[in-house]
Amino acid sequence: MPTVDVFQTLKTTLVEQFELDPAKITPEARLQEDLDLDSIDAVDMIIRLQEITGRKVSPEDFREVRTVGDVQRVIEKLLAARAAPA
Amino acid sequence: MLRRVVVTGMGGLTALGHDWTNIEANLRARRSGVRRMSEWDAYPDLNSRLAAPCAPFNLPEHYNRRATRSMGRVALLSTRATELALEDAGLLKHPVLTSGRTGIAYGACAGSAEPVITFGRMVTSGNLQGVTSNTYVQMMSHTGAVNISLFFGITGRIIPATSACTSGSQAVGFAYETIKYGKQTVMIAGGAEELSLGPTAVFDTLFATSTRNDAPHTTPRPFDRDRDGLVVGEGAATLILEELEHARTRGARIYAEVIGFGTNSDGSHITQPEADTMARVMQLALEDCELPPAAIGYVNAHGTATARGDIAESLATNRVLGKRMPISSLKSYFGHTLGACGSLEAWLSIAMMRDNWFAPTLNLDNLDPACAELDYLTGEGRSFEAEYIMSNNFAFGGINTSLIFRRWDGLMPA
Repeated sequence: MPTVDVFQTLKTTLVEQFELDPAKITPEARLQEDLDLDSIDAVDMIIRLQEITGRKVSPEDFREVRTVGDVQRVIEKLLAARAAPA
Repeated sequence: MLRRVVVTGMGGLTALGHDWTNIEANLRARRSGVRRMSEWDAYPDLNSRLAAPCAPFNLPEHYNRRATRSMGRVALLSTRATELALEDAGLLKHPVLTSGRTGIAYGACAGSAEPVITFGRMVTSGNLQGVTSNTYVQMMSHTGAVNISLFFGITGRIIPATSACTSGSQAVGFAYETIKYGKQTVMIAGGAEELSLGPTAVFDTLFATSTRNDAPHTTPRPFDRDRDGLVVGEGAATLILEELEHARTRGARIYAEVIGFGTNSDGSHITQPEADTMARVMQLALEDCELPPAAIGYVNAHGTATARGDIAESLATNRVLGKRMPISSLKSYFGHTLGACGSLEAWLSIAMMRDNWFAPTLNLDNLDPACAELDYLTGEGRSFEAEYIMSNNFAFGGINTSLIFRRWDGLMPA
């Protein structure tokens, strides 16, 4: 999945799941301070993304996520791992 | 007229034994009850493979089919722990139990898991296979309290103290108030939790479980810089609370006096702790017994080893009780026993107070700089006398509790 599609999928997911204003969702947007997502929202978002990507987010990856861009990078990493030959 | 409330019996089933002698030996030997659950390797989505299951225990013959048909494991743990405590109190078969003057305050996070599966299957498949007359009773959240009542013929009031991690401590607190305000003479108070995948999965989903799967004895690590989450434990603990004059009249052994209880809620976030309201609950307990903070000799912490919980708790404790307050978390030994922890930790804190020795927090090698300054007991623990001790617990939904116990030497008051 090319980079721009990951961001669009993520944006659509965030808008639908959390009733967010699409204009606020930029790579620099901070989940907590800018999008008003708390820790429970972060968990629910991760669960949704795990369903979409079919891959598991590790606790370490989860703890590093602060911005929408961070989430995008985690998804890309997971998808690349899935695509890589065994 | 307010009554005085004393503890005349204590008992339980734990990962480190089922009586104080054995438990204390394990605490002093710094032996952890945590182990790797290889059974859970069958669940690849689960990050944590750790738990502290209850040590095996035998049941006397009178736990026959008829007596236990309405009990899943959590009810069984509740009942047997209560029997040990009643035996300890010298109240087994005592007429006060069935007189209507004895009540129960008991809880757990949930009823048993197996009947939940049966009910779930019924809802999704439409067929009632497996649903029996006892399925609901085993599954209902107050299954422990009700089964204790049936088993011992208790006819007083039942307080279903089912508030997740504060079930056991709310049970003790509400039982204390019940006797204090003259509503019952004796109260069976405590909590339990059976080990099942559910609670671990819940915390796992929140990324709050420890994943040191290959080093079980190094976790959980309350207040430690390198802590990585909690470990779920299993067990049950019961305190027998009794009105003081009734205890004296029958010549009961008195372990401690229950003198203060505070409980409140954060009213803010479903899982994130709030230091302000945690501090307030400790103040409420102190106000309840009109004690100054400096009178407390030791605090038994909730100390689950989550990133946020430990910090909030240490800040609240430091603010109310000061930086020189001795404190330790028994969850470092038993894991987080959920519904049982409030009463388990109260039992063991009272026992430690009587022995003039307080256990350390295991695995506390490097204090997290984000945790407030307190006198964290480490190493071999510490021998000292305390006149008053406090035991705190904080649960999901922001429910907080604080209990204060006073030392009792001999049968006569100080």
